[in-house]
Amino acid sequence: MHPALQGLMMIFVGVSGCVGYFYFSNIVLDKFIFPAKGEHAGRNINRANLVRPWLFLFPALIALGLYLAYPVIETFRLSLTDRSQGGAFVGADNYAALFNDPKFWEALRNNLLWLLVVPAMSTAFGLLAAQLTDRIKWGNIAKSLIFMPMAISFVGAAVIWKLVYDARPIDTNQIGILNAVYLALGGDEPQQWLSKPFWNNFFLMAVLIWIQTGFAMVILSAAIRGVPEETIEAAIIDGANPFQIFFKIKVPQIIGTIVVVWTTITITVLKVFDIVFAMTNGQWETQVLANYMYDKLFRAGDWGVGSAAAMIIMLLVMPILVWNVRNARKEM
Amino acid sequence: MDNIAGRKPAVVWATQISAAVLVILWLLPTVGLLISSFRSADQIAGSGWWQSIFPQEQNIMIRAKSAADQTQEGALYVIEGNLFEQEGLDQGEISAWGTSSRAIAAYTSGQTADLGNKGRLSVQANGDYRFENNSEFSGKRGQRVFLTSVSPPNFTLDNYKNVLFSDGGDGMAKAFFNTLTVTIPATIIPILIAAFAAYALAWMDFKGRALLIAFVVGLLVVPLQLALIPLLKFHNSIGIGKGYLGVWMAHTGFGLPLAIYLLRNYMVGLPKDIIENARVDGATEFQIFIKIILPLSFPALASFAIFQFLWTWNDLLVGLVFLIDSTGDTTIMTRQITELLGSRGGNWEILATAAFVSISVPLAVFFFMQKYLVRGLLAGSVK
Repeated sequence: MHPALQGLMMIFVGVSGCVGYFYFSNIVLDKFIFPAKGEHAGRNINRANLVRPWLFLFPALIALGLYLAYPVIETFRLSLTDRSQGGAFVGADNYAALFNDPKFWEALRNNLLWLLVVPAMSTAFGLLAAQLTDRIKWGNIAKSLIFMPMAISFVGAAVIWKLVYDARPIDTNQIGILNAVYLALGGDEPQQWLSKPFWNNFFLMAVLIWIQTGFAMVILSAAIRGVPEETIEAAIIDGANPFQIFFKIKVPQIIGTIVVVWTTITITVLKVFDIVFAMTNGQWETQVLANYMYDKLFRAGDWGVGSAAAMIIMLLVMPILVWNVRNARKEM
Repeated sequence: MDNIAGRKPAVVWATQISAAVLVILWLLPTVGLLISSFRSADQIAGSGWWQSIFPQEQNIMIRAKSAADQTQEGALYVIEGNLFEQEGLDQGEISAWGTSSRAIAAYTSGQTADLGNKGRLSVQANGDYRFENNSEFSGKRGQRVFLTSVSPPNFTLDNYKNVLFSDGGDGMAKAFFNTLTVTIPATIIPILIAAFAAYALAWMDFKGRALLIAFVVGLLVVPLQLALIPLLKFHNSIGIGKGYLGVWMAHTGFGLPLAIYLLRNYMVGLPKDIIENARVDGATEFQIFIKIILPLSFPALASFAIFQFLWTWNDLLVGLVFLIDSTGDTTIMTRQITELLGSRGGNWEILATAAFVSISVPLAVFFFMQKYLVRGLLAGSVK
């Protein structure tokens, strides 16, 4: 069958299946299992209402359990086994292998670097953009242009930035704007930005910062709008300058939002894969955990060590997960 | 608000200028690629894209036609033609020219150069030239003419034609439809499943509700990297292996936490009276959901649909793992572009165009539906 036709069928089957499931399961519940008539009408209504939420939740819970919760446990189990020995239990061997692999430490170091730089820079630029565009007439256009990279795929962004970083031999015209600017500012020869160990990490991070700044800006700009006008007016009357207003009046009032933005970007950073995969594939010491894991799983076919690496990512996400859950529970 | 105390003109100007610089910085990389996708391979390699929007001055050498093309006008032997046309170049404007590499700008356009017994050559600004001599021209090769010409900006749609429609077009057209095939079911199906669950979590009272919400919030941040191998094993064991069905299911599963979370947050905010009135009037929960909740939740549904669409369209990892098999028939655009980056890393005209084909759809969605996207972002992360 043609894939497009298959797609249409999937939409039809999926949608009608969902609607049909919800509709008929409710009918079965109300009419047959606990009919709201006869001598037990009252009790039956109550019982039906106890069951009904689970009817509504059932498909979602199955999907969540199967596609997200079960894999966490299964990955943990796989990280303790060896595929080449037919899945035999090997204890912490995979973790030992992981910790003895210099590539892993390189990936971990780079990931920590990413974690330090990207959320900080994205939030800072986002805050700056939100503040700058807050009161100007063309602010909305400016915002939507800075926000635009959010819609671009990591792979698309990788192509865009590869062109920025392109290097040509010294005696020819440069087509990468970074080298053109570098030479115009007095640089002596075009640089291969992506193959300079250590610094190339920052050139890869620039891509993610470029994408995430728009996200930070949108959320922070809504928060800045929410800062009560009176506090700003009072500061102005007291003679505060614009910088003082920004850092001492506005920022403290939106600090909660800044933290949320920071953690959201942190999670994105931990999962970053496409950018490194497409731009350097971990060469020149730019490996990150997600790409390292992909390498182990699908290129080396080593499920044990790959799963162990995945568990390390999970471990890094864990504090944020706990923090989020606690916050959510506090609200209820 | 603009004239309140403390808003000095200098500050306003500084703000405007910094905002403009920031916007330009953020826009430049994309614009560079967009412009490059409209230039030919030679143009891209020849000069930076930022130069292409201005007329370019270039120095080139073109040979006039050879003795074989000469005609006779009375006593004169004449060779005529247009320098740009005979080389198949774009029309330019000649400011200076010469006949020797040591003096390439010896004459201005319209002037006549006397080359002694070799003849008299005149070149016009538009490239027309006339070479005349009293005796017959000889020699196999034509006279060399060095030009300093200014050619106007020149853009072409050929790259798009090649990438999308030609046979050797690197499979982008096929990949485009494959991506679409992945995206649409993977956007629609999670919405329905999530909407029902979100309604239960928002408006039905039952034991364990708080725990379930916490469960969903926790799953929001679980890296999908963990799911790759276990799910691939699962798909293989139930016999769907790699393919569309697998990728639809995977995207559905991965999109659900955000969908449930967004929709629940929105539904909780709907007015309580409407729902309770409907209950009193004897509406079943199913009717309330279909007739009241769904229509009222449209903005949140739209927000999530956009997120999910952008995410599935732009995804590479899930496609790589669950969809693309060794035949390569089911390749998606992001995969195709990373392949091109590897195999044709220097062919910017193909890369830029392929990337823009892939980017264009999300960008269109972004610009037309920005309102919902922003609303969704705000609902999804600010608490």
